Amino acid sequence: MPEKSIASFDVKRLEILDEEGNADKTLMPGLSGGEIKHIYEMMLLSRAFDERALQLQREGRLGTYASIRGQEAAQVASAFAAEKTDWIFPSFRETGVQITMGYPLYMLFQYWSGDERGMKCPGGLNVFPVCVPVGTHLPHAAGAAMAMKIRGEKKAALAYFGDGATSKGDFHEAFNLAGVFRAPAVFICQNNQWAISVPLSRQTAAGTLAQKALAYGFTGLQVDGNDVFAVYKAAKEAIEKAKSGGGPSFIECFTYRLSDHTTADDSTRYRPAQEVEEWKGRDPVKRLRLYMEKEGLLDGEFQKQTEEQAEKAIDEAYHKMEEIGPPPANDMFAYTFEKPSPGEAQQMREFLG
Amino acid sequence: MAAVNMVQALNMALRQEMEKDPSVVILGEDVGRDGGVFRVTEGLFEKFGGERIMDTPLSETGIVGAAIGMSACGLLPVVEIQFMGFIYGAFDQIVNHAARLRSRSRGRFTCPLVIRTPYGAGIKALEIHSESTEALFAHIQGLKVAVPSGPYVAKGLLLSAIRDPDPVIFLEPARLYRMIKEDVPEEQYTIPLGRARKAREGKAVTLISWGSMLQRTMKAANGFDADVIDLMSLSPWDAEMVLSSVRKTGRAVIVQEAPKTCGFASEVAATIAEDAIAYLRGPVLRVAAYDVVLPFSKLEDYYMPGIERIKNKIEEAMRY
Ligand SMILES: Cc1ncc(C[n+]2csc(CCOP(=O)(O)OP(=O)(O)O)c2C)c(N)n1
Ligand SMILES: [Mg+2]
Repeated sequence: MPEKSIASFDVKRLEILDEEGNADKTLMPGLSGGEIKHIYEMMLLSRAFDERALQLQREGRLGTYASIRGQEAAQVASAFAAEKTDWIFPSFRETGVQITMGYPLYMLFQYWSGDERGMKCPGGLNVFPVCVPVGTHLPHAAGAAMAMKIRGEKKAALAYFGDGATSKGDFHEAFNLAGVFRAPAVFICQNNQWAISVPLSRQTAAGTLAQKALAYGFTGLQVDGNDVFAVYKAAKEAIEKAKSGGGPSFIECFTYRLSDHTTADDSTRYRPAQEVEEWKGRDPVKRLRLYMEKEGLLDGEFQKQTEEQAEKAIDEAYHKMEEIGPPPANDMFAYTFEKPSPGEAQQMREFLG
Repeated sequence: MAAVNMVQALNMALRQEMEKDPSVVILGEDVGRDGGVFRVTEGLFEKFGGERIMDTPLSETGIVGAAIGMSACGLLPVVEIQFMGFIYGAFDQIVNHAARLRSRSRGRFTCPLVIRTPYGAGIKALEIHSESTEALFAHIQGLKVAVPSGPYVAKGLLLSAIRDPDPVIFLEPARLYRMIKEDVPEEQYTIPLGRARKAREGKAVTLISWGSMLQRTMKAANGFDADVIDLMSLSPWDAEMVLSSVRKTGRAVIVQEAPKTCGFASEVAATIAEDAIAYLRGPVLRVAAYDVVLPFSKLEDYYMPGIERIKNKIEEAMRY
């Protein structure tokens, strides 16, 4: 009997907005001028927060910080596609997602300054605490999505992670669970091509990350991660599909980390300056600005105003964090259990003297 | 002989052993071109190439599991797990395989690998980078656990770990990496696994510690006639040295960075209670972190046992 082909696959890449700010009108998602302006504002705010955080870290006012520079489109546009009732499972490089979801800026400062109170997501939002062990939050998103399905809620669970995370077993187990249970999960990978010093070619021998979803029975799409419209469109469709019972999706946002891995890293040790320069030319913020100028959505006045508002919001947030001050030391005893264990209670008494 | 820090001492040990023994290989995240995030493997990629210094995918289970296969198959892998907080993905491999391969194959296959990992608080790191869970590993039969307390010990202990025929978890207190410099001989020397050392001689009280707490214990010991023991190995550990010291002093204070409940100090205390109770003047005392989830950096100093807390416990012991 002859061998026959029993499966074949196709992996797509979506691009809408080019580097000069020209959009393919046939592919444009339905976004109003006001919505596009809002996305732009969030991108500028995210970038301004990022720059401030780096500066504050250098001054010794914040701890180690992970910059999102270059990844603003992937973060802001995908989060903008979500609703407040959706659940977000972020990694540690997600400032733009948090800001777009409405996470208070002063709490982000608290988090990065080593104050755990910044991790307490305010009511009305479902943003999980930042996940530091790479990829370990993906099964949580799968499980949250399974719960949404069981409870009959029209919600989606969005998990954010990097290219490095796709090498963890957790990634594969989460994908498999979500696929088997057709859970309303949206997996969003920011493939910034580096995991600290390890290049993408050392994470996988596969041609794309997107294709990994196919083995788990759902779609994987690669998008130009520096293209707000492609990211938004892919995320919106995936979220709608999830909410209408279509199961999970995977979106690989192909992008680039323009900064060091964190403030504790020196990327000149391992990656060519030439590569960084090339990607600076593909700046997602600039690309959207060019588009908006062409479409008459942005002029010098709007740009100036948006920048000023962002700086003001950041100033206020930082002052608020400073005004609140450091956490009281006994905060560390408050959340181990709902009620302290007898041993812990005894230790707290000793601690308080 | 040059004064070097612990990063340099570890680097020297790795380089020299790799020169001597072609079966030694290193694998982990960022250990190659970047030289490790703490630079312990700096320069080794350039010297030994990518076949022996392997930058791996971000895959702790895979790294440790593969190292088990390599070690069974003639190599001597030294794994770097970037921080101890990320080792748990590989716990299955460590506990169910590395620790048991000798036993499961009745000695036919063995697992001479080393897993190095930085650990401990006091470096103002992000979440999950600062815990001390050495007791989890010391509790597993078939694993050896070593913890250097400074550059000199680090070099000799790592060489023993690499040459040991069984799996060794080698825990490097990150706070010490660049804190202390010591004279470390260029020549190779070993410090045996399973043995403690006297960091100071005294007659009135025995202070037992390891890793990052040794420095603080030594400082707190000032003004007391204290015998200070640096355990260096937690499994197996040198109960003999501890017992003979306690039989001499009649007092024992154990200092650990980890939370109190079920930490390694509990094992030391129980052993003293079993085998030296007749010599004790008072209770065996522990100084440890609180039984809470390790707080973020702003509260870290309240959490970690400091010199004052250690001093107070020594005074308490001296009242008996
Ligand atoms: C399980 C685990 N292993 C190692 C680390 C240390 N570490 C932090 S970030 C990182 C690289 C992550 O790369 P990627 O997933 O691509 O995300 P990116 O940092 O590029 O956003 C590593 C190795 C970690 N946090 N968790
Ligand atoms: Mg990455």
